[in-house]
Amino acid sequence: LHAMNTVVAQLQRRFQDYLVSLYQQGFLDNQFTELRKLQDEGTPDFVAEVVSLFFDDCSKLINSMSRSLERPENVDFKQVDSGVHQLKGSSSSVGARRVKNVCISFKECCDVQNREGCLRCLQQVDYEYKMLKTKLQDLFNLEQQIVQAGGAIPQVNIN
Amino acid sequence: MAVGEVMRMEVPTGGDLTVSSPDLHVLAVDDSIVDRKVIERLLRISSCKVTTVESGTRALQYLGLDGNTGASDLKDLKVNLIVTDYSMPGLTGYDLLKKIKESSTFREIPVVIMSSENILTRIEQCLKEGAEDFLLKPVKLADVKRIKQLIMRNEAEDHKTLSHSNKRKLGEDVDASPSSSSSSSSHDDSSVKDFPSSKRMKSESDIFSPFI
Repeated sequence: LHAMNTVVAQLQRRFQDYLVSLYQQGFLDNQFTELRKLQDEGTPDFVAEVVSLFFDDCSKLINSMSRSLERPENVDFKQVDSGVHQLKGSSSSVGARRVKNVCISFKECCDVQNREGCLRCLQQVDYEYKMLKTKLQDLFNLEQQIVQAGGAIPQVNIN
Repeated sequence: MAVGEVMRMEVPTGGDLTVSSPDLHVLAVDDSIVDRKVIERLLRISSCKVTTVESGTRALQYLGLDGNTGASDLKDLKVNLIVTDYSMPGLTGYDLLKKIKESSTFREIPVVIMSSENILTRIEQCLKEGAEDFLLKPVKLADVKRIKQLIMRNEAEDHKTLSHSNKRKLGEDVDASPSSSSSSSSHDDSSVKDFPSSKRMKSESDIFSPFI
């Protein structure tokens, strides 16, 4: 029984450290904390479900913006701007800080119809969302391990 | 004029409750699937019944404002609050707000606008058109709790008005309330004209205080 407690405590410690590091490295912001508040034993998958919807959104929007930016002589900046707006909104809603910040630069490129700049931002936003997806998958795996070991998910306070 | 006061008035010993269940039914409108999921959870956690739709057009369909019978015509699906995103393709949140306030059937439903952009003229425009409040995205639990309290307080005032006219035998003194003897739950325009402006004033101070 003592051994089990140690395993749980270790997993909880790993989870906590990992989550804190994601905030410290700027992957996540306060809105992610707000989302975690909405999760409880009755809805243990809430955050995972929301971010899953977000990543699907990212993929879809990046694809359509890529198509709009494809031909240099015929860029639909309105469509790109609309895509960036949506991406900025949803990244903000889930606390995906780096993705959101790229969207701010992305919008500026759109506003001045800078196709090259847009393409760079598109690439960057693609990189950032995929990076975050990997990080959060690791986080959720840790969460799952804690639950399977019979432990509770720690409430983590981010300063 | 506290809510507690209203509740004591409303529940005579052994008598039947005249105040309806405190569960608000909220219609949430947002074109973003992520935001719909989040707002739905925020509202459910705050003990509200929630229906989410993806556009202003769908919202009007749900309410039956498009000329057809809406789902919310069914008695137990009556909508108590509409929360809508501002920037949506097609009908914007502002357009939706206007349509609702133009409708004699639905103008009493409080409408709250959400936006990721903190534009003062936009906020003023919405309040002027009759929006109850304006939330800056991303929306947090504290925002939803505040809105719920605001709506419940307004509903309690409305019920107090109704019950006061219904229960003439209760002898207590109440401040002059601008009620006429309407006993139905769907308000007659004339009896509640005074309320919307006072609600707007409250919302303005609620919204602008954080900016100070």
